[in-house]
Amino acid sequence: MRFVDEFRDPDVINKTADEIRRLADPSRHYRLMEVCGGHTHAIYRFGLKDILPDNIELIHGPGCPVCVLPMGRIDDGLALAEDPNVIFAAFGDMMRVPGVHGSPLERKARGMDVRIVYSPSDALKLAKTNPDKHVMFFAIGFETTAPSSALTILRAKAEGIHNFSVFCNHVTIIPAIRAILDSPDMRLDAFIGPGHVSTVIGCRPYEWIAANERKPIVVSGFEPLDMLQSIVMLLRQLKAGEARVENQYKRVVPWEGNRAALKVMAEVFELRPYFEWRGLGFISQSALRIRNNYAEWDSEQRFTVPGVRVTDPKAAQCGEVLKGVLKPAQCKLFGKECTPEHPVGALMVSSEGSCAAYFNYEHRKAMETTLAWPA
Amino acid sequence: MCLAIPGRVLDVFPGMPCLATVEVAGVRRKVDLGLLENDMPEAGDWVLIHVGFAMSKISEKDALDQMQTLIMLGEGEQAIQEVQGYGLESVEGPAQ
Repeated sequence: MRFVDEFRDPDVINKTADEIRRLADPSRHYRLMEVCGGHTHAIYRFGLKDILPDNIELIHGPGCPVCVLPMGRIDDGLALAEDPNVIFAAFGDMMRVPGVHGSPLERKARGMDVRIVYSPSDALKLAKTNPDKHVMFFAIGFETTAPSSALTILRAKAEGIHNFSVFCNHVTIIPAIRAILDSPDMRLDAFIGPGHVSTVIGCRPYEWIAANERKPIVVSGFEPLDMLQSIVMLLRQLKAGEARVENQYKRVVPWEGNRAALKVMAEVFELRPYFEWRGLGFISQSALRIRNNYAEWDSEQRFTVPGVRVTDPKAAQCGEVLKGVLKPAQCKLFGKECTPEHPVGALMVSSEGSCAAYFNYEHRKAMETTLAWPA
Repeated sequence: MCLAIPGRVLDVFPGMPCLATVEVAGVRRKVDLGLLENDMPEAGDWVLIHVGFAMSKISEKDALDQMQTLIMLGEGEQAIQEVQGYGLESVEGPAQ
């Protein structure tokens, strides 16, 4: 229990951990999926696996938007930015993600006009201050960031800014969960539901998981105690043979979500018939595109997109890791060709990717232990 | 990008867009309130910010807890860096 002393309420943590041990049936193996990449990061950072009994296995889900973006989309976006009149703007998380011809950061070093922005509003501001250029905002993220992109498009229209467009890669979490549940090699007992996505969509969209799939789901906060309490709530449901949606993160997540954000998203976006997810393949109605009413601010409607499809390096097993079939360290490239410094697969790029999280906290710790071992 | 950063609303400037001066750990920036139009914050309220947009109102205790969580996750500095990076007009003046 590496970090228990750093927690705000170590006594409560210990009591909650005791409750988990009491509830967990020793004759049973529990496979709980945390959907959100933020949870994956927190689990490794806080060493939560050290607190849990061995028969509770946490499976890392598809909730890291950088990780699930197929490489071809990055190449498509960068292809449009080869025009010297285009400024490619994206969040910092995207900058090191490799495309076939290099990451955005590498392309910047070779002369492409690539800018890091912290908000879609900043990309719009770039367009205002560079009226002779076209600013393309390469948008990624689940429902947490999608409303901000949508509102920025509404602002662009209202302000009459025409040298701005959004290359929309926004994805939605529910179809990804459905795809994982449909996967034949995936056996899960329950879900730790995403916290911040749920501030937007609320808890209601998860009800089908409980009703149809008979899997409990608890929307959880990100503190160690939040996640341990969520596991207690899941174990109680499993013990009672129930399958319900519960909200552990009530202090932030309203059951109905953020209606204003949902309204803005519905105004600007519609569902794509299908979209490719790295590691999961094509999933129907799993991503958002910009409606025709806002075509002027849609990079894909405004420019000719090459539509590049790139298969991941054969040796990389990102798909199996993403579905939880393999642990990060079981991939052949893990820690060898693929490290956070030189990522081959996207799961190693983002701090919320399960490979990077595992490498930074578990692998480095193991290496330090090995190096420190007395001769 | 996925960080939820807690901040305290200092001033609200109604209009289009509806902006607020928000203070995050001593750093002040303008943040867009357009996604909270059904539950508009007032000066003194605490909000969670995603990529420059306030996404939900929270209590002061939860805001302070959230900042502590970011620090525990090793993302406190990144959160400040993100807030400093918001190009939406920085606001000069000492932190209150």
